[in-house]
Amino acid sequence: MRIGVFICHCGSNIAGTVDCESVVEIAAGFPEVVYATDSMYTCSEPGQEGIITAIHEHNLDGVVVASCSPRMHEPTFRRAVERAGLNRYMFEMANIREHVSWIGKDKAHNTNKAADLVLMAVEKLRRNRPLVAKSFTTVKKVLVIGGGVAGIQAALDCADGGLDVVMVERDQSIGGKMAKLDKTFPTIDCSSCVLGPKMVDIAQHEKISLYACSEVESVSGYVGNFSVTIRRRATYVDWTKCTGCGVCTEKCPSKRSPDPFNEFLGTTTSINIPFPQAIPKKAAINPDTCMKLQKGKCGICAKVCPVGCIDYEQQDELVTVEVGAIVVATGYDLFDWHKYPQYGEGRYPDVITSLQYERLLSASGPTGGHIKRPSDGKEPKNVVFIQCVGSRDRSVDRPYCSGFCCMYTAKQAILTKDHIPDSQSFVFYMDIRAPGKGYDEFTRRAMEEYGAQYVRGRVAMIYPHGDQLIVRGADTLAGTQVEVPADLVVLATGVEASQGAVKLGETLRVVPDQFGFFVESHPKLKPVETNTAGVYLAGACQGPKDIPTSVGQGSAAAAKALGLLSKEQLESDPAVSKVNVNRCVGCQKCIDTCPFGAIKAVTDRMGRLKAEVIETVCQGCGICTVTCPQGAIQLEHFTDNQILAEVNALCPPKMNNVSFE
Amino acid sequence: MSAQDEQRELRIVGFLCNWCSYGGADTAGVARFIQPTDLRIIRVPCSGRIDPLFIVRALLNGADGVLVSGCHPRDCHYAEGNFYARRRLEMLKRFLPITGIDERRFEYTWVSASEGQRWQHVVTEFTRRIHELGPAPFFNPVSEEEWAKLALDGAARGASCACHG
Repeated sequence: MRIGVFICHCGSNIAGTVDCESVVEIAAGFPEVVYATDSMYTCSEPGQEGIITAIHEHNLDGVVVASCSPRMHEPTFRRAVERAGLNRYMFEMANIREHVSWIGKDKAHNTNKAADLVLMAVEKLRRNRPLVAKSFTTVKKVLVIGGGVAGIQAALDCADGGLDVVMVERDQSIGGKMAKLDKTFPTIDCSSCVLGPKMVDIAQHEKISLYACSEVESVSGYVGNFSVTIRRRATYVDWTKCTGCGVCTEKCPSKRSPDPFNEFLGTTTSINIPFPQAIPKKAAINPDTCMKLQKGKCGICAKVCPVGCIDYEQQDELVTVEVGAIVVATGYDLFDWHKYPQYGEGRYPDVITSLQYERLLSASGPTGGHIKRPSDGKEPKNVVFIQCVGSRDRSVDRPYCSGFCCMYTAKQAILTKDHIPDSQSFVFYMDIRAPGKGYDEFTRRAMEEYGAQYVRGRVAMIYPHGDQLIVRGADTLAGTQVEVPADLVVLATGVEASQGAVKLGETLRVVPDQFGFFVESHPKLKPVETNTAGVYLAGACQGPKDIPTSVGQGSAAAAKALGLLSKEQLESDPAVSKVNVNRCVGCQKCIDTCPFGAIKAVTDRMGRLKAEVIETVCQGCGICTVTCPQGAIQLEHFTDNQILAEVNALCPPKMNNVSFE
Repeated sequence: MSAQDEQRELRIVGFLCNWCSYGGADTAGVARFIQPTDLRIIRVPCSGRIDPLFIVRALLNGADGVLVSGCHPRDCHYAEGNFYARRRLEMLKRFLPITGIDERRFEYTWVSASEGQRWQHVVTEFTRRIHELGPAPFFNPVSEEEWAKLALDGAARGASCACHG
């Protein structure tokens, strides 16, 4: 092998504390090094040209660059050696800036260390071999999990971009949390007027197929070629026939069914359509409260249905779809505020959550848009809002800020004044976090134009007094204790990860963080990618987000999916594990340990079990390589021999004549 | 560290996962957090890629210390590689005294890509520990003849050898 070594000065960044000329001299004596030089800025255009010229002039077949971190410029130099006609994997980097010149003061030690790192790189490079990416075809279809606003945006963008889309929604209708909102901040736009048309687009788009009342059961395959099993829960209504006329819901005698859409503020009928703008607008029976399904008596809906779509015998159905990419948009749940003793733990009916309050404000809600408090239906005059209920509180393991509660509380204070002009709102807050466009102005409007009284401090307790509740808390700005009589208390409940997130994460091999939010690939530069190629995140499943951010992420995830599937074929990173079938004994330990399901068992011609790596799925972690008792599976570019060569370069074997290789 | 120690570097090998700790070491460098220069870092994709035998090899070859660092548990880029690493490395740590190697010469830890300061602390502390322990004891080089004799002796003892009862 003919190796060229290039030592970068990086201006004075490296040369200031490393004697680069000495490193060049030392490196020239390393095995198989035929050319060594230094340059001022190796990553600059003349620097890269210097590498290319040297490769041609000295007939090099491997290159070592000693400069900054490979996390910084490895791709740059790989492209450079590729331009010179070498394989991009015949290149190694020695990090003599971040790991040497910037952290050590002693020039002699630094120079010595830099030379060691170059030797390591040379020894590894001597064992590198050219690797070529494999290409494979993809399914031009995207699965969107979750039909909230993020999922809707992702699905529409993908479909408009020409991809087929399968949308899976757990609930009876898409729309998510946004469909429950009355108005949105900071424009006081009607939420359903903004979202409704998009929901209709989902239903009508010829490239989107919607599975409501459905959940993802299992996922196999890999980027470009996922196979997804979807469980369609029985709705006891044949949706191919149902027209959504609603006659059944009017006649249903079982009117005590819980109403999740209205946040359990009222009850609904056993067979129902959750709200007027529901998509799909189809009826479904709640089997827990249906008299026909529970006791075998009734059957009124079947009698009144004009198209005969009621089917009491319906069973769950499993559907399998093949997709190329997956967008996870499973959203969030609200914090269970009953954990706080100071808010009454549910003893007082007039302590409600912010989302329940939205339903009270909404014209399609249980009160028809008139604010009536749950206990006696009276119109409240004094409304107290308590912020950070389950946000920024380590005592309930929710140290994070839920982000948008400050804003919706301001919105609700404004709407309260709109609905009841002689009302007075009080807001107990910790800090006001309003960093979005027009947000701070909005909170100021709530205070200045709508007279909401903001009290900076926490609430210590709520206790009943006559038909009112007394909210006792601190006013930390005034340095006093305050007691506010309230007709209604609204808790700005924080965001927590969706209930099924951990289970879904296991299915998709997407890691949830300690709070259950899915972890993105890189917090700054890869906010919608995950560690599993082809799986993207959108919306609040990744962390608390308001509507515009969720929509933005929905589009971002769609752009990623479109970008991925726009290529006819995908190229996989060739630095993946490879099985030496002669050594493999078929123990399948690698299959058990692989976190990506990238290894499968195959039978060879002799009928023996062998492991086989699906190169396009393998992410190149090398866990299997360490697990294999035979050393049969080796991670390319990080083989045992390559790593041991680096070890030996640093600590030369002392026992002569004994070879470990 | 005394002035004399500072002059004499010891050989410390680091195995760092690419995604967290290598990035953390980069972060420390970018922030110019001054560290002892004894450590040389080998980059691996994941702490789960580190075969305990790499560490043993380094120690047998005369390394004075070996430091392994990966992503914090639950933060692994490959979902669960550091769980495998943790188990393997903990086993190794308990096993080293049996081989006659001082287990204090080996340490593993978790440093994320943003924890430059923590990395500085880890390196400084570990290097100080190794300097306190001093250079690793020298393994007597054995000639080929001696190896052959050892092997023959072992074979002659057969089943009654000390290790197999």
